[in-house]
Amino acid sequence: MIEVEAVSKHFGDFAALDRVSLCIDQGKLVALLGPSGSGKTTLLRILAGLEQPDSGRVRLGGVDATGLGTRDRRVGFVFQHYALFRHMSVAENIAFGLKVRKGPQRPGNAEIEAKVHTLLNLVQLGGLAGRYPSQLSGGQRQRVALARALAVEPRLLLLDEPFGALDAQVRKDLRRWLRRLHDEMGLTGVFVTHDQEEALEVADEVVVMNKGRIEQIGTPSEIYDSPATPFVYRFLGNVNAVPCAVSGGSAQVGGLHIGGGSVDGVGTAFVRPHDVEILELSPDLPQAVIRLVTVMGPLVRAEAVLPDGTVLEAELTRDQKDKLDLRRGQEVSLFLRKAKIFVGTGI
Amino acid sequence: MTTAALPLLRRTRVASSVIPGFAPALGFTLFYLSLVVLLPLAALLLKAAGTTFEQWGRILGDSRVLSALGLSFGGAFAAALINAVFGLLVAWVLVRYSFPGRKIIDALVDLPFALPTAVAGIALTALYAPNGWLGRHLEPLGLKVAFTPLGVVVAMVFIGLPFVVRTVEPVLQDVDLELEEAAASLGADRLQTFFRVILPAIAPSLLTGFSLALARAVGEYGSVIFIAGNLPGVSEIAPLLIITKLEQYDYVGATAIAAVMLAISFTLLLAVNLLQKWRRARMGA
Amino acid sequence: MSNHAIREPVAVRWTLTAVALGFLALFLALPLAAVLTEAFAKGWGAYLRALATDVTLSSIRLTLIVAAISVPLNVVFGLTASWAIAKFDFRGKSLLISLIELPFSVSPVISGLIYVLLFGLQGLLGPFLAAHDFRVIFAVPGIVLATIFVTFPFVARELIPLMEEQGREEEEAALTLGASGLRTFWLVTLPNVRWGLLYGVLLCNARAMGEFGAVSVVSGHIRGLTNTMPLHVEILYNEYDFVGAFAVASLLALLAVVTLAAKTALEWWHRDELTATSH
Repeated sequence: MIEVEAVSKHFGDFAALDRVSLCIDQGKLVALLGPSGSGKTTLLRILAGLEQPDSGRVRLGGVDATGLGTRDRRVGFVFQHYALFRHMSVAENIAFGLKVRKGPQRPGNAEIEAKVHTLLNLVQLGGLAGRYPSQLSGGQRQRVALARALAVEPRLLLLDEPFGALDAQVRKDLRRWLRRLHDEMGLTGVFVTHDQEEALEVADEVVVMNKGRIEQIGTPSEIYDSPATPFVYRFLGNVNAVPCAVSGGSAQVGGLHIGGGSVDGVGTAFVRPHDVEILELSPDLPQAVIRLVTVMGPLVRAEAVLPDGTVLEAELTRDQKDKLDLRRGQEVSLFLRKAKIFVGTGI
Repeated sequence: MTTAALPLLRRTRVASSVIPGFAPALGFTLFYLSLVVLLPLAALLLKAAGTTFEQWGRILGDSRVLSALGLSFGGAFAAALINAVFGLLVAWVLVRYSFPGRKIIDALVDLPFALPTAVAGIALTALYAPNGWLGRHLEPLGLKVAFTPLGVVVAMVFIGLPFVVRTVEPVLQDVDLELEEAAASLGADRLQTFFRVILPAIAPSLLTGFSLALARAVGEYGSVIFIAGNLPGVSEIAPLLIITKLEQYDYVGATAIAAVMLAISFTLLLAVNLLQKWRRARMGA
Repeated sequence: MSNHAIREPVAVRWTLTAVALGFLALFLALPLAAVLTEAFAKGWGAYLRALATDVTLSSIRLTLIVAAISVPLNVVFGLTASWAIAKFDFRGKSLLISLIELPFSVSPVISGLIYVLLFGLQGLLGPFLAAHDFRVIFAVPGIVLATIFVTFPFVARELIPLMEEQGREEEEAALTLGASGLRTFWLVTLPNVRWGLLYGVLLCNARAMGEFGAVSVVSGHIRGLTNTMPLHVEILYNEYDFVGAFAVASLLALLAVVTLAAKTALEWWHRDELTATSH
């Protein structure tokens, strides 16, 4: 169990973290998700003891670790660019954390060797023990960095943009592999990412951060299906954000009823493209004109213009498109399956 | 603002690294720097500050001092100019053309860095003395090198050469060939391309190399004194005059000449730095 | 360079190459050749006899001693300074770097002069030293100090950009894996800069053994006692013992050539781990 209590951190007059609190349960894999500058890496480095917070506390397993140096925290840290020791072989890199232990805590050489062997097999690099980091591919380096962090049997594994420097295919394979590895080992893990797809696919729980604050904490489906703030809506996936007016409990955009609002006023409605349904023209439903139809593999993206000029993006399947015989300039009716309205300006 | 500002601020934050050893490392650095460099230089400034107005006037009004300073700075300037031209040529040939032994010759360019100045001095003298390998053939042409101001310049060219080559070389390597191809496609001939496209790109490094060669030659002593002949008022350089004054226990005179040399050198280097800064700011790079 | 549009005509290329090589031959190859020719002008026997004199041998010994003291001191300084500058952030860092490079822009003669002003008989600390019967100027300590001054920036200048380029992540990784600060330095930082360090040491040593101007001011030229090899070359030369002067000079030239060869080898094989060659 990791508890972060009201942690703040400034760099000069820039607030990297602003009274952030967070609780991570044992055995969970958590993603810190946010744009660059949101404070996610700073939070990770504070968990590792690589930065000291200006105020607030960090508790690891119920014990206050705020002032504890990084050496004494028993955390595994996988750096964004791996930080492999370039003059050491793969095996030497992995053994480093065990070899620098002192006195009785230091395992014997045979034991270290056996452990390195096990870890190499675990990260599927069995044959590469003697290679140097410069002779490895990005994905291989990533796995060496992970094995090196795991060798010290950390109680917490921290990963800074673990897949950031890899190309698309390697990235996909590695993140599934990391997920499986985590399930097998039962470690508590925290990783930083700016890629929402990565966070949603790999993590048990996602912490969305923005400007040094936490916007929302939840499971991937909670975060995606019920974003708590406009920022989360915009940051996770594609979304239509249209100005709307709420009056008498009903919100309207260009004659289109988009849902109910409890507070009257001007605001912004958020609708995911796949929640915009395109129907054949019907007098009972609001109308729109199709402006653009783009086929993207199995999906079709269409832009519909409401009578007041508001543009809504819709996503539909090839089947639906063919059934409607969707073309540019076609008049259709729209139906919004789901929308969320945030009242207020400047959203 | 947040996106762009974070990396910048990270770098400028004040000492909060978890890496240990900052205080002892910086402490020792400052201690050793003060002991070996700053304190002795302060002694020079202190001595110079204690020199009276009248003493300054007497020392700097001495025609021997003036001509020594003139030779050190004038000779260094001429040598740096020669080096700017030939250093650029050498860098160009080494970077752009291939010929047998190019790598060895490239390595040899650093010889003046590695060869002790006294060795360079006697070797150049042996070459340019009236009975030397080169002097023997130059003498009948009426060209006296050794024991004249010309000899001083020759020695200064020798010790300044690597500075220009080594600062221009990497920049020349990085000049985008596409720029030259673009110039050619727009109808420029090779000479136009060189003067209008390549030279502006390498000019800052050429200026840096020039000023480094100049600074080095101004203070040069070992390689110059053998070939110079050291005739007061004619071929006597300022560093030698400092030593002469010291040997006569004229500490005030030695200090004054040294202070003037340092002041001019630093002003020149500062001016070049400011010029480069202004240039960079104007080019927006 | 096969592109026709951006190539000079053959004649131009040949002319430029010939002029450049001629210039280098005139200023680099000929002086080197002159040293060897003059040293062996009277044959091997005279060469060896010139080297085997007591004063020559003692000048060689002193040169080695001076280098053996000043180079390690500057290595220790270079390592600590670059550690402090590259691994931490603090105000005034660029000023500190400028100050470290300061000795490069000071004339060697002035480098010697400042120690005379500090430790000489008329100097600031002169009376104090005289009272305790400790000689700095016209003695070995002065020679060592002047040598340290002129070679001061060599190691630091090589290591600072190298360590800055390597960043801090490897050190941070070592710390998260439980290594102490000292072990991190020995096991991670030092091996990472070893070739750069060697490069700096080579240049530092060449200058330490070859320094003339600064040492000349503080040495007092006492034969057999305070004469280094470069100073000895001057004395022999001024006594018209040309074979002797060039024989000692040939040893220094050999040092220079060996230094250049080692430096070039480092640049060829470990280019990625040096910074001096890849601005």
